[in-house]
Amino acid sequence: MTESPAGAVPGRTDPGRRIELLRQMMRIRRFEERCIQLYSTEKIRGFLHLYIGEEAVAAGLLSEIDAQDAVVSTYRDHGHALARGIPMTALMAEMFGRSTGCSGGRGGSMHLFDAQRRFYGGNAIVAGGLPPALGLALADVLTDTPHITVCLFGDGAFAEGEFHECANLAALWHLPVLFACENNQYAMGTALRREHAATDLALRAAGYGMASWPVDGMDAEAVAEAARRAVQSIRGGGGPCFLEFRTYRFRAHSLYDADRYRDKAEIEQWKARDPIERLYGQLRNAEIIDDRGYAEIETAIDAEIDAAIVEAEAAPLEPVADLTRHVYAERQ
Amino acid sequence: MTTTYRQALTDALREALDRDERVFLMGEDVGAYGGCFGVSRGLLDDYGPRRIRDTPLSESAFVGAGIGAAIAGRRPIVEIMTGNFSLLALDQILNNAATLRHMSGGQLDVPLVIRMATGAGRQLAAQHSHSLESFYAHLPGLRVLSAATVADARGMLWPALQDPDPVVIFEPIALYNSSGESRGPDTVTDIDTAEVARPGNDATVVAYGGTLHTALAAAEQLAETGVDAEVIDLRTLRPLDTATIVESVSRTHRLVTVDEGWGRVGIAAEIAAATAEHAYYDLDAPIRRVCTAEVPIPYARQLEEAALPSAGAVVVAVQEVVS
Repeated sequence: MTESPAGAVPGRTDPGRRIELLRQMMRIRRFEERCIQLYSTEKIRGFLHLYIGEEAVAAGLLSEIDAQDAVVSTYRDHGHALARGIPMTALMAEMFGRSTGCSGGRGGSMHLFDAQRRFYGGNAIVAGGLPPALGLALADVLTDTPHITVCLFGDGAFAEGEFHECANLAALWHLPVLFACENNQYAMGTALRREHAATDLALRAAGYGMASWPVDGMDAEAVAEAARRAVQSIRGGGGPCFLEFRTYRFRAHSLYDADRYRDKAEIEQWKARDPIERLYGQLRNAEIIDDRGYAEIETAIDAEIDAAIVEAEAAPLEPVADLTRHVYAERQ
Repeated sequence: MTTTYRQALTDALREALDRDERVFLMGEDVGAYGGCFGVSRGLLDDYGPRRIRDTPLSESAFVGAGIGAAIAGRRPIVEIMTGNFSLLALDQILNNAATLRHMSGGQLDVPLVIRMATGAGRQLAAQHSHSLESFYAHLPGLRVLSAATVADARGMLWPALQDPDPVVIFEPIALYNSSGESRGPDTVTDIDTAEVARPGNDATVVAYGGTLHTALAAAEQLAETGVDAEVIDLRTLRPLDTATIVESVSRTHRLVTVDEGWGRVGIAAEIAAATAEHAYYDLDAPIRRVCTAEVPIPYARQLEEAALPSAGAVVVAVQEVVS
């Protein structure tokens, strides 16, 4: 593993931004908690891969990039999509399979897209998003535009050939890619030590000649700071960076997963590091926020979710007559 | 103007690079080496390493990178050395290139062109000789082309690049050294319709790629015996131009399909099924398929030849349907 790139990086985030990090994490978690309820009443179907516990990564990382930068996500994409600024109404409508959903009802939970916000999935093939991420970055190189591409994937994807092909090619071509590995310790039900011969992923990524370092993925401010350094390095022409966010999902792989492969004690250990409680505690100690302020944020988020659900319920279904639309481009 | 199939491809690449600054070529050995079949020789010198990009042996990564660049508005041409190797990128081609438009509710264009060599005939054995056109023609979301002639080697690339959807172009290995008439830079191939390569009245022979020449040779032999075969070059394998086939069969009342792929569940099977659906009452004889033997392609010359569709086998099949 390499040292994080040196250079002037702005210090700890200001109070306003710290509250915004907290709010974004709360928003992601409340959204998913409501999704669980909607899933149990069968309003939402399919696979539902929850991000609960990992919110610090999306909130911290995506707060540090620009609107013109590209983001490539995975099937655990609700948090990424919300932090990217895709309206919750469009996300909820997609979960409901409605025509107003961000993928027109054809993608669902695992395939959230928003081309306008440069959010390119929602890819349910593990590591499947990595090769296109290189191409998005290559297009920026070919047009001399200073944007970067953030590519999110998990520790499971690190075991796929795609990761290694892409790490090599990105470093070889000096592509402006931020490889954001969310190491949540499990590839579906297989623990890190059971899927990787060497479990220090940042160390291994460094072998491709990229700046690469581990980050406490339960600390939104540490995530933001690491992202800021990586983004600055990439925009400065330093080539790709690899960040290993060490994090944990509090819930099972999906709602179909009985979660029999890990100890309750282990889960409790990680829950003691809950990124929301942690940042909230720090902000309260610093007298930046109090319980009332926290409750106000929560109330506003609940209202946003309620409105999104009402809108999704009322939204039209994509007509079956349009089944074969969007397979090929529509021609005159 | 007579030229080689290889030169026609090179000409097409140069025209595309000249016409549109968004176009770039990438693949294994396309730059310094000049392309493993010599198609891109000289392009690195003339267009530079930004637009002529050598890639590592990483089919999934560079085909997927082509997908990302296409989404972002570039016009990548990705070369895969042979169809066999393309299977290493099949996930990217199927799960991303062919799927992203639909899965995103129509938000994403993927204007990517993938060129790949295909087919047997050089004693390269199984892992370099298969014809996998039917694998790709199976996938909704892709446009799949096969350049059987020098004219189409020249004329297909530009319309493929204009297409907002991903296009796969198959180039039969056996044809790179062949010569034929090139129609010049301003004549593009119609990639929506099949072409009647040889008009005839007694039977319809449907072929594409390398088997077009097998079918045409058979038609010449048949003509000497008084049988007038019509030969259709499919050119586009998906979407398939069923209308041209049905129209021909409605006149000739007989159908033979020739395919260097394996017969079962393949393109020849699809053509037979489509004809049975749309022109059953026009048929005067059972449909015959002339395809590659259902074996991995062997190395030994006599075995390889025996595995592949031959003009002789096409002649026999046509004679059977007209008798």
